[in-house]
Amino acid sequence: MAGKTMTNVYLYTRFERLWHWCQALMVIFLMITGFEVHGLYTLMGFDTAVELHNFIGLFWLGSFAFFAFWLIITGEWKQYIPTTRKLFDVARYYAWGIFHGQDHPVQKTPGAKHNPLQRLAYLGISAMLLPVQMVTGLLYYLYNSLGGVSLAPIAFIHTLAAFLLVNFLIIHLYMTTTGHSLFSHIKGMITGWEEIRDTSKIQEWETKATRKT
Amino acid sequence: MKQTSQSAAATLLWTAVLFVAALMLVRPCAASVANAAQQEALGIKLAKQAVREDKHWTTVDHSKIEILNQDFTSGDQITQACLSCHTDASMQFKETIHWTWKVPSEKEGIMNGKAGHAVNNFCISGNAMEDKGCVSCHAGWNDIQGEVNCLACHGKEKFPFKETFADLAAFEGDDDPDLVEIVDDLHNGIQQAVQNITLPRRNNCGECHFKGGGGDGVKHGDLDTSLARPNRMLDVHMAEDGADFACTRCHTTVKHHIAGRLYTRPAAAERKSLIEDDMASKITCESCHSATPHKASTKMNDHTDKVACQSCHIPEFARVNPTKMSWDWSTAGKMKDGKPYEEKGDLGKAVYKSIKGTFAWAKNVVPQYYWYNGSFDNIGIKDKIDPQQIVEVSHPLGSPNDPDARIHPFKIHSGKQPYDKINQQLVAPLLSGPKGFWTTFDMNDAIMRGNQTLDVPYSGEFDYVETTYAFPITHMVAPAEKSLDCIQCHTRDNSRLAGITGIYMPGRDKFAIVDTIGLIAVLGALAGVTLHGLGRFFTRNGREE
Repeated sequence: MAGKTMTNVYLYTRFERLWHWCQALMVIFLMITGFEVHGLYTLMGFDTAVELHNFIGLFWLGSFAFFAFWLIITGEWKQYIPTTRKLFDVARYYAWGIFHGQDHPVQKTPGAKHNPLQRLAYLGISAMLLPVQMVTGLLYYLYNSLGGVSLAPIAFIHTLAAFLLVNFLIIHLYMTTTGHSLFSHIKGMITGWEEIRDTSKIQEWETKATRKT
Repeated sequence: MKQTSQSAAATLLWTAVLFVAALMLVRPCAASVANAAQQEALGIKLAKQAVREDKHWTTVDHSKIEILNQDFTSGDQITQACLSCHTDASMQFKETIHWTWKVPSEKEGIMNGKAGHAVNNFCISGNAMEDKGCVSCHAGWNDIQGEVNCLACHGKEKFPFKETFADLAAFEGDDDPDLVEIVDDLHNGIQQAVQNITLPRRNNCGECHFKGGGGDGVKHGDLDTSLARPNRMLDVHMAEDGADFACTRCHTTVKHHIAGRLYTRPAAAERKSLIEDDMASKITCESCHSATPHKASTKMNDHTDKVACQSCHIPEFARVNPTKMSWDWSTAGKMKDGKPYEEKGDLGKAVYKSIKGTFAWAKNVVPQYYWYNGSFDNIGIKDKIDPQQIVEVSHPLGSPNDPDARIHPFKIHSGKQPYDKINQQLVAPLLSGPKGFWTTFDMNDAIMRGNQTLDVPYSGEFDYVETTYAFPITHMVAPAEKSLDCIQCHTRDNSRLAGITGIYMPGRDKFAIVDTIGLIAVLGALAGVTLHGLGRFFTRNGREE
């Protein structure tokens, strides 16, 4: 560790940070209201929870479409291309190396903001879990006008996916503490600037996938 | 560093701007709620349009009709006078259930109705009208014989015709000047009553329907004398300080057939609005309020495909007068000092009567809810029963898959009534009259005589069986602000709809497997990150200071 220089890198643009925190707030609000609708607790009252849940859900749906559009036209979608290269190094790091003072095998760069494990997780979340949640949520919302559709299977999937998202949130929040200081990742997501090890060269594994033309 | 803090400030600013924007998107909704409250929901608008001021175009002043200016000496004479203009009225009326008290049943050989094979768990049977106690409500001058008494429904004032005609018969033809004067007064009284004609008013209908089962509020729970002059809290439609509807505003009539009867056939074969057809033969709330009565795009409008309006808008029934909730015939016949007696309960109503048995009364009763398509299943005097189970003498029909069925509120009156142990059928004891149970206190004899009136055999052995009888709750509609909250049904515990099956209700229902998997996953994640964190803490992330 000693002898290596640290440098500040502007990793997350204003839009990305704005999007991240808006989405975080919306997801958390959706969880709070959603689990009240599910009957786990009483907080704001069933009808208020339903109305808020519906409103935020629809708002999120619209804004998510805009974010997907932004990903496509900026080419930032490439950040989410899954790879197995260094995947097992990263997994081994979190299972072993982190307890033994080793360095993270993949340093963040503006060209590769996410390590292979993050890529897999975020792709799974945004390409699988969130769309499932949006589609079932929309069906849930519209089921009266669809005719002949039963609510039970929709509710089944929507609730199951919600629990999985809580899971993601717990692990995601914990992982923010695994930077080289407890809050360095959170700071990066607030200011956009993150302190990383100086990597003067783009590493070999990321060149093909994330090369900007 | 300066750049960093600037950037942080900018991000915070942007976040704030976005949330203000989001809030502004929310606020129009809040504002539109406030506006809509002033503007009125579509349903209310439609309802007002359908029932806008009832300008009744009366073209007859009955006091100017010559034939009504005579000295009537009998009820039949009065009816003949009515029929001289309203030529077909009596003929029409005699075809309706109000006169026959019979309706065909879907079961062969069985007629429904009080005068048919229907039984209930109150006075059990009308014994084909042999039970004279039952026929005081019959709209004829001489019980079920002779002419229709038009004035029972169309007389503005309640007049003691029977007694007056008896007095007339006694005094008429006497020369005594005092008696002549009395006879004149009697004739005048009759004439005034006969000329004081009206469309049926709440009191006309209520005279029988408020007192079904032999007393105020005994049967229905949503129809009692408190509805003669209800305030807005009791009934928004009938309140004198509200819409002030008479019964006939909703229960429309074609040739004296009155809409809204609820025996075996669906109350509404089609969910037609009064705006489409003001003479729809069956009346529902939707007739005026449409199928989307609430403010546009509110969740309540989505409920009308499964939930009857009554379920939310009649939170409790019997809100002013108590109603009878149970009747146990098995205790009838006890004597004190060799004489029949009665005991009063907390609500000022009899809880025991030697002639009838034990009662329970209640006020502000929370209804029970069932799927209901407008039809009832009735157990008649000829139907077999299973005495091991509670016999549902009258029970709503419907299922979640039936597109006409809605979740509807009911009063369930529970009873314990005699049945034939050998034939496994309910029985119809004769109650009133010199040979009836109320005189003889001999149940076995009363059953024998009662069953004879209906030509139903009786084995001679009886016992008592528990029964229920369901009444749809549809009157006593509370103002909108008193309707149920979502949480009364959408809750895990004590949901009003706990017994309703076949649908998934958010808040009430869950899949045990989803919640179990979810809980395990969440606890697993928490345990995992806790252990991982502890590991990092104790190894100082592997660093040696």
